[in-house]
Amino acid sequence: MAMRPITFFRAGSIDDAVAAVSANPDSAFLAGGTTEIDLLRLGVIQPTLLVDVNELPLTYLEDTEGGGVRIGAMARMSDVARAPRIVERYPGMSQALLLGASEQLRNMASMGGNMCQRTRCAYFRDGQSPCNKREPGSGCSALTGVNRGHAVLGTSDHCIATHPSDVAVALVALDATIRTIGPDGTNTIPIERFFLRPEDTPSVEHPLAHGELIVAIDVPNVPVARTSRYVKHRDRVSYEFALVSVFSAMRVDDAGNVAELRLALGGVGTVPWRAHRAEEALIGRPATPENVAAAADAEFADARTTPMNEFKVTFAKRAIVRELSEVSS
Amino acid sequence: MSPVLGKPLNRVDGPDKVTGTGRYCGEIVLPGLAYGLIVGASVASGRVVSIDETAARAAGGVYGILTHENTPKVANAPVLIPSLAGNPAPGMSFFPMQDDTVHYWGQPVAVVVADSLEGAAHAAALLDITYESSTPVATIEDGRAAAYEAKTLFGGLMPAHDERGDVAGALAKSDVTIDQTYHYAANHHNPLETGVTTAQWDSDQLTLWNSTMGVRADQLTVARLLGIPLSDIRVITHYVGGGFGSKAMVWPHVTLAAMAARHVRRPVRLALTRPQSFTSNGHREEQEQRIRVGASRDGMLTAIRQEKLAVTSHFDDWAEPATGVSSEIYGCANYLGAHHLIRGNTMTATFTRAPGESLESFTLETAMDRLAYELDMDPIELRVKNHPPVDSHGNPWSSDGLAECLRRGADLFGWADRDPTPGVREDGHYLVGTGVAAAAYPVAFMMPVQRARARIFNDGSAVVQTGAAEFGIGVLTAMSQVGADALGVDMDVLRFEAGDTDLPNTTSAVGSMGATMQSSAVHNAGTTLRNQLVAHAVNDDKSPLHGLATRDVRVESGRMVSTLDPSIGESYADLLQRNRLLDMEALGSWTPPPLDTPHGLFTFGAQFAEVGVDKDLGLVRVRRMLGVFAPGRVLNPKLARSQLLGGMLWGLSQALLEGNQIDRQSGRWALNNLGEYLVPVHADVPDIQVEFVEVDDDVVGPLGAKGIGEVGQVGAAAAIANAVFHATGRRMNELPMTAEVVMNGGGAG
Ligand SMILES: Cc1cc2nc3c(=O)[nH]c(=O)nc-3n(C[C@H](O)[C@H](O)[C@H](O)COP(=O)(O)OP(=O)(O)OC[C@H]3O[C@@H](n4cnc5c(N)ncnc54)[C@H](O)[C@@H]3O)c2cc1C
Ligand code: SF4
Repeated sequence: MAMRPITFFRAGSIDDAVAAVSANPDSAFLAGGTTEIDLLRLGVIQPTLLVDVNELPLTYLEDTEGGGVRIGAMARMSDVARAPRIVERYPGMSQALLLGASEQLRNMASMGGNMCQRTRCAYFRDGQSPCNKREPGSGCSALTGVNRGHAVLGTSDHCIATHPSDVAVALVALDATIRTIGPDGTNTIPIERFFLRPEDTPSVEHPLAHGELIVAIDVPNVPVARTSRYVKHRDRVSYEFALVSVFSAMRVDDAGNVAELRLALGGVGTVPWRAHRAEEALIGRPATPENVAAAADAEFADARTTPMNEFKVTFAKRAIVRELSEVSS
Repeated sequence: MSPVLGKPLNRVDGPDKVTGTGRYCGEIVLPGLAYGLIVGASVASGRVVSIDETAARAAGGVYGILTHENTPKVANAPVLIPSLAGNPAPGMSFFPMQDDTVHYWGQPVAVVVADSLEGAAHAAALLDITYESSTPVATIEDGRAAAYEAKTLFGGLMPAHDERGDVAGALAKSDVTIDQTYHYAANHHNPLETGVTTAQWDSDQLTLWNSTMGVRADQLTVARLLGIPLSDIRVITHYVGGGFGSKAMVWPHVTLAAMAARHVRRPVRLALTRPQSFTSNGHREEQEQRIRVGASRDGMLTAIRQEKLAVTSHFDDWAEPATGVSSEIYGCANYLGAHHLIRGNTMTATFTRAPGESLESFTLETAMDRLAYELDMDPIELRVKNHPPVDSHGNPWSSDGLAECLRRGADLFGWADRDPTPGVREDGHYLVGTGVAAAAYPVAFMMPVQRARARIFNDGSAVVQTGAAEFGIGVLTAMSQVGADALGVDMDVLRFEAGDTDLPNTTSAVGSMGATMQSSAVHNAGTTLRNQLVAHAVNDDKSPLHGLATRDVRVESGRMVSTLDPSIGESYADLLQRNRLLDMEALGSWTPPPLDTPHGLFTFGAQFAEVGVDKDLGLVRVRRMLGVFAPGRVLNPKLARSQLLGGMLWGLSQALLEGNQIDRQSGRWALNNLGEYLVPVHADVPDIQVEFVEVDDDVVGPLGAKGIGEVGQVGAAAAIANAVFHATGRRMNELPMTAEVVMNGGGAG
């Protein structure tokens, strides 16, 4: 438990919020606080100024031209999960939200905050162990430590932390766009470019400038997503991050071949993992168990494992095979 | 039939708890209260080189900082002895901040006291501590080569080696043998309320409000460590948010709170943070067990050899015993139980619910299931056949019931229809199976004389007192019932007082002995007072009962009546008022039977479980559990059911979720919060049924009540593992049985 004197500022407008954070290198936005306050107390982050964005008019959910949905950054997870247009158009996204955290947390947690939530790697969160993400250059304790929950895809020699979000898995599969307003104006970032792999700078997780505020997430019109699904596998039945999760949306043509497929994985990657290789391997072919298994093999061909987390590869492949067999039948 | 005893009454403390008016020890508000926070070592092996307090002191609001440089030396070195024995009961033979050595990660190296908890935390973060550190030895893998066989456990209270007959010879001659090795992850208790102490000095007199399972042990321990008379220290605890063994012993933070309060000359509240609760009150140690079992073709056991290897601290030969049940529950002429230890950089492990019995029975009861398959016998028949009428010394059980529990459970669970073939029942993605295990938990008469007091006022109201602690077990309710029954008064005129060393002594409620010993003392106090009042009445020539023999008087709702003619009688109140007595009171005491009582002493039970195992992903989901137990007299079936059900859930949790490990590089527990250290949530909790088998026991105390706090956990994990085998054909030799353990075929082996 670490406690430090801190300044709290409730921003009345987007411009105020951006200006306040931009002006102070030790500041951070505060949304629902379900990640931010935890990390403050744990001594993992040490901002001296918190800029509260809860009053900003960013809780909306609205249709965009072309049939997509724009989700305000301050919309709460529980509201988004139950919004009829989300449930109808992107059921897999609704499920991903409802399978995340707990109802109490979802009532506080914002969509923008969810995009910026930090890894659950225990060495990162203890505020003390060597950790390149928390303290660049200090080393990675997880590489040879307790790493059962760590990532097997997208890792580097500097960090193997898993990205914890569920809904982000749905959003990468749906090709969402992150909209921001920063000190240099507005910006739109395709979601797969928003989540950065650790490579040799694990402390840099997003391309956001300091003080750049997420204002909305745009989800395009994706007809196939109307039958999308999200399954989350974990040790305990509820209230736990994923061991492995699978988002899928698939359309099979009259000839029985996969015409469209959006497949993404949680719990296995350093970023919410769009399974591009598996998608490519299956498009135009029937989703037989053999073909799906081969596609899953392709996705995990470059997996890097440790003795403690190598089970995740088999686990995830089986989960993909099961999911796509069920969706196709 | 008593109108109160044995009734499923609601908790008397329910309203206090749900309205928030019940005060826990971290909620005691005192004028000038200061807040202490422990700073734990961030290395596991080495020494403190320097502590720079400059920045911390400059932070403002800091009243004082204790480190090894200014902490007073303890008056007497702590010596570990279980609190049930009624002695001083430090959790380990070590007290921190006496020198600069660091033995384990999280060992207290400083206590910061400030005017607010936030201020203390801020100052604590500003303490600049440097260490010299060396590579820790903290896991079995680190220290295997240096293992030794322990001679005694529990500070010498128990032999570590138990042997009879010729095990090697018998194993060599057995028709069938089993030889298996198991690995079990460490467990942490995680009661909702972490350890917390509020300490206040009034010149030389110390009052502690401590979250504890026994106020007397706190008083004895702190008095000894501080070198002050027992009469100068009072310990109070009204409500405790769970213990599960973590508050059975008296850990350093309790005495540190008293030292800190003396240092800053103010009352101090010192609470462990959740992460600190993983390094401050012991744990169930990581362990490896090996069992060898021999049997004849007709299913009689010929030999059992059970051994355990675990890591202990630098200070104590501590191991939760792995052989107390396996040496007794089945008759077996050739038996060997042994404990091997590794000294490492951990604190001394401690009692964790069903300490020893839960894992030892996992080993034994999964081995029995293997044996049943080897012999092609029903696992219930195998157990019944081998359960003897006497213990290993030839003494009869004080009360038994194991076979009845197994058979009753079999009926209720639908065992008769079971096809034993493993791996053949499918339900969607799941393979389904059922399993059984036997349960036993000892009745341990280690405690000294127990005492209680009963008082009747001249308006007919009553107070019954004993120094027990209510840590969620229902003692306030059950003892109110026992007191009302003994006195012959209604529940609503009786108040039961507990949780204070100023009250008559009862020992810490540990080892499932609380109900037995407290009810015996309370019963004796109540009946002594009742007899005193009845004697007064029959000798009082103004009483309508004058001249009757005392045995011809009974008491109902505070009214003494003639059993010959119930219209003749008078109330306690009338008797007292007429005689100008404001009240009458009696002390009652209960002396436990001697340790060599010629009886086998256990609570027995049977566990059944049905599981679905995801056939691809290895995830185990429990579908239903049934436990049948024979605890003797049940004081309150509603409370008893909660205790047993809680124990079964602990078993489920131990089977599937709970496991901690020490990070080998740093020597630190890998998991230190409830987000990562998993315990079941509601969705994990299946349909659980608890049933009782009635047995009479006139050895264990005047009421015949045996313990129920822990037996509910014993065998639960084994029943689940046996069900996993029945579902999948895979044997589980590792706990917890996580997805990868199941996918990879069961671990250890
Ligand atoms: C016990 C627990 C269990 C959880 N389980 C799950 C789970 O199963 N699945 C899952 O997906 N998540 C889970 N979470 C994570 C939870 O979803 C996130 O904490 C939450 O979404 C963060 O949102 P917030 O509004 O609380 O953000 P905050 O905590 O306020 O902020 C998080 C970060 O985002 C930044 N930030 C916030 N808003 C913006 C913005 N508009 N623009 C730029 N930066 C911003 C903050 O500065 C901070 O760095 C769990 C959390 C907890 C505590
Ligand atoms: S995995 Fe990443 S977050 Fe975890 S210790 Fe290594 S660098 Fe830090």
